[in-house]
Amino acid sequence: MTIEFETPKPIAQMNTMLQSVAENMMRSVSREFDENEHAIPWSYVEFMHTAMKAAGGGGGLTPGDDKPKEGAEKRPPIGYQRLASQIEMLSWGDAGFYLITPGGGLGAAAVQAAGSPEQRAKFLARFNGEKPTFAAMCMTEAGAGSDTSAIRTRAVLDEATQEWVINGEKIFVTSGDKSFTEYEQFGKGFIVVWASIDPTAGRAGMRAFVVEAGTKGVTIAKLEHKLGIRASDTATIALVDARVPYDNILGSPTVEKTTTGFKGAMATFDATRPLVAASGIGVARAALEFLKEKLTENGVTIRYGLPRNKLTSIERDVIDMEIQLRSAWLLIIKAVWMADNRKSNALESSMSKVRAGDVTTKITQKAVEIMGPLGYSREFLLEKWFRDAKITDIFEGTGQINRLVVARQILGYSGKELR
Amino acid sequence: MYSFEPNEEQQMLVDAVGKYAANDLRPAAHEAEESRELPKKLISKGWELGLLQASIPEAYGGFGERSAVTSALAVEEMANGDLAGALAVMTPSLFATPILLAGSEEQKQAYLPKIIEGEWHPYTAALIEYAFDFDANALRTTAKLSGENYILNGEKAFVPFAKDAEAMIIYADLDGQTQGFIIPKNAAGLSIADEREKLMGINALPLYRVKLDNVTVPQSNRLGGASGHNFELILASMRIASASAAVGVARASFEYSKDYAKERDAFGMKIAQKQAIAFMLAEMATEIEAIRLLIWEAAWMLDNGKEDAFKQAYLAFTGAADMAMMVTDRGVQILGGHGYIREHPVEMYMRNGRGFAMFTGLAIV
Ligand SMILES: Cc1cc2nc3c(=O)[nH]c(=O)nc-3n(C[C@H](O)[C@H](O)[C@H](O)COP(=O)(O)OP(=O)(O)OC[C@H]3O[C@@H](n4cnc5c(N)ncnc54)[C@H](O)[C@@H]3O)c2cc1C
Ligand SMILES: Cc1cc2nc3c(=O)[nH]c(=O)nc-3n(C[C@H](O)[C@H](O)[C@H](O)COP(=O)(O)OP(=O)(O)OC[C@H]3O[C@@H](n4cnc5c(N)ncnc54)[C@H](O)[C@@H]3O)c2cc1C
Repeated sequence: MTIEFETPKPIAQMNTMLQSVAENMMRSVSREFDENEHAIPWSYVEFMHTAMKAAGGGGGLTPGDDKPKEGAEKRPPIGYQRLASQIEMLSWGDAGFYLITPGGGLGAAAVQAAGSPEQRAKFLARFNGEKPTFAAMCMTEAGAGSDTSAIRTRAVLDEATQEWVINGEKIFVTSGDKSFTEYEQFGKGFIVVWASIDPTAGRAGMRAFVVEAGTKGVTIAKLEHKLGIRASDTATIALVDARVPYDNILGSPTVEKTTTGFKGAMATFDATRPLVAASGIGVARAALEFLKEKLTENGVTIRYGLPRNKLTSIERDVIDMEIQLRSAWLLIIKAVWMADNRKSNALESSMSKVRAGDVTTKITQKAVEIMGPLGYSREFLLEKWFRDAKITDIFEGTGQINRLVVARQILGYSGKELR
Repeated sequence: MYSFEPNEEQQMLVDAVGKYAANDLRPAAHEAEESRELPKKLISKGWELGLLQASIPEAYGGFGERSAVTSALAVEEMANGDLAGALAVMTPSLFATPILLAGSEEQKQAYLPKIIEGEWHPYTAALIEYAFDFDANALRTTAKLSGENYILNGEKAFVPFAKDAEAMIIYADLDGQTQGFIIPKNAAGLSIADEREKLMGINALPLYRVKLDNVTVPQSNRLGGASGHNFELILASMRIASASAAVGVARASFEYSKDYAKERDAFGMKIAQKQAIAFMLAEMATEIEAIRLLIWEAAWMLDNGKEDAFKQAYLAFTGAADMAMMVTDRGVQILGGHGYIREHPVEMYMRNGRGFAMFTGLAIV
């Protein structure tokens, strides 16, 4: 092993390609879909589906099957590193669009993490099909956000029909509409619903269920209107006596004294937190690059290398922003590098999320501030990026929850000792 | 490829330096700071780890190759024990490393074997000047070419071990550019203050004011020979060293306050179980790791001759100085009133941490 910071060639090449996608398919219509909140940018979705299929990505943004081809030279795996770069680049284009990139998203990630080989085969093949296809993850409820153990949704086995009967209401489901509603343009998707099969067992009783699009008793009750990432739909999903086949449960159908089901969800988060962080960094980079461009246009240069007491306030701010952006990105790269190398990365994942949540918010805020009226105007996308950025510190564990994870790790505390 | 694991050799070095830092430097730090004195034996022991020796090729009496990454790892470890002690052990590098990086062949042969042979003996360098707007790229000390010689005038501050140094590199402005000049001990016109500098921190390190009054040296004493050198490379190397030391100091404060917080009871539980404390610790750990990676990247870029390496070193240095201040301040805060008392080291870490914004020139790797 060694210490090295060379962007792997395949990733560098991919970035060049994605930059043109970001400029031509995303930036050009960013504003339009920010202002028409629940409209779907079909052309982007279609294009990405076709492009990803052609690239052999298995349809969707995933770490992919990273094994080198037979006979090819052995090289270290880079699947998660590539994914983080893809997400950063797409979010540099538009973070809301990135979230509606077709594929399995968090729903498929849950199947991947907690499903059996048969379930993976059965549920995941669809993303490589003819039409763009989506999946979503439903954990959050009105009364259970950060505290996922408080979910009330129940799944009861109907012994007669050997079906699970699910009741409850899920909120804030990213791509819930695209995954569940049977649009003609889309393939049949699914949602993964977290429910308890034994409320007395707490976390040990929590299981995830694959609920196919169009399942009876399930309705999209609401689409949220949001501060930012408006191209991405955020759904409330009501489940009333929704019946799903017995085999759609991910993990064991019986409750032991262990919390393996819940741990499955948490393992998903270790993998996805740096990716959410990467999305935020893409937005922040967009804002910082825009700011620097505008400063240059206005004859302001940044004099790198000067002692700080000789710098102007704007210079100091820009230098700080660059430090924040790059160091936050490196935390992400380290976390996904660990994932690629099968090292446990709960600490690094959460660190990258903490830092990205902070710096994306600060960088976009500062950029708006420095640009003055131009920063506040909807003529430019900067004000949108400021709104988009904030979600980085909220979903996939808020900044506080990720601080708790980091603190527990460094202090050697359990969830009981530090809550 | 990306990779974040030191190689075997680097890891061995880090382990060895870490042991010295924990078992020798740290236990001696408080006493050294209060008495303004570092035991000679302590410095010798650090010298014997061979940090500098391992960065110098065999041709000049050493046994390795310089790598900014390796040095960054070692400096962090060393400074994690004690900053003043670490800077003292590494003082000869202030002279040797610029020669290795930018010296002429004659300069390398004349000095490198002598410096690394045997016991630690002081060679030093003078960059900092006593002015609020001190800028390494706009020095007040001047060098002027006069016939075959350079004539230097001005005043330098914070020069480690200047009193005993066998020779020093003095940085001066030559036609608008910073250039180094090798000044031998007892050069005519060179005067070193009797009194040591008194600073907020690093009191164990003997630092002196140095005056130059028409100090005259032949052209061959210009670092790099008659045609000089690129100061940016030296400055970037200094910045990476300072930044790494900042990480070491910050880590010391973090580690101490974390352990304290797990022991200290208040309101029926350990204070570490309070989010106000736990979140500070989480942020300290995150910030330290983020800046460490930024430094590693800068060092790697420098080692590999990447285009933006100098800028990256500047960013890493700037970020590290801010990080060190934030972390060491919180270290004191976590100990409450006890953090303010000199029996605990966190107040010293805070004083040392404040210096990094101006420590360019006290370390180079
Ligand atoms: C746009 C969007 C998309 C989303 N997509 C999905 C999705 O696809 N699937 C899904 O399941 N969920 C999704 N979510 C939900 C998201 O994960 C939650 O909003 C998030 O976990 C926070 O939960 P909450 O909103 O209930 O806030 P709460 O849990 O009520 O938190 C409120 C505040 O209290 C703080 N807090 C909570 N607990 C603690 C604690 N122990 N210590 C200190 N502070 C604490 C929080 O940090 C926060 O600042 C999405 C949310 C949004 C806004
Ligand atoms: C120079 C000096 C002069 C002083 N003069 C006097 C004096 O004249 N008379 C006198 O009686 N005292 C005096 N004090 C003591 C001073 O008031 C205490 O040091 C102070 O109240 C903090 O208590 P502590 O040092 O025991 O810290 P602790 O109570 O041990 O606190 C340690 C850390 O934990 C944090 N913490 C503690 N409880 C909580 C909580 N519930 N939630 C979150 N965080 C928490 C604190 O903020 C601090 O960061 C003096 C102290 C100093 C340093």
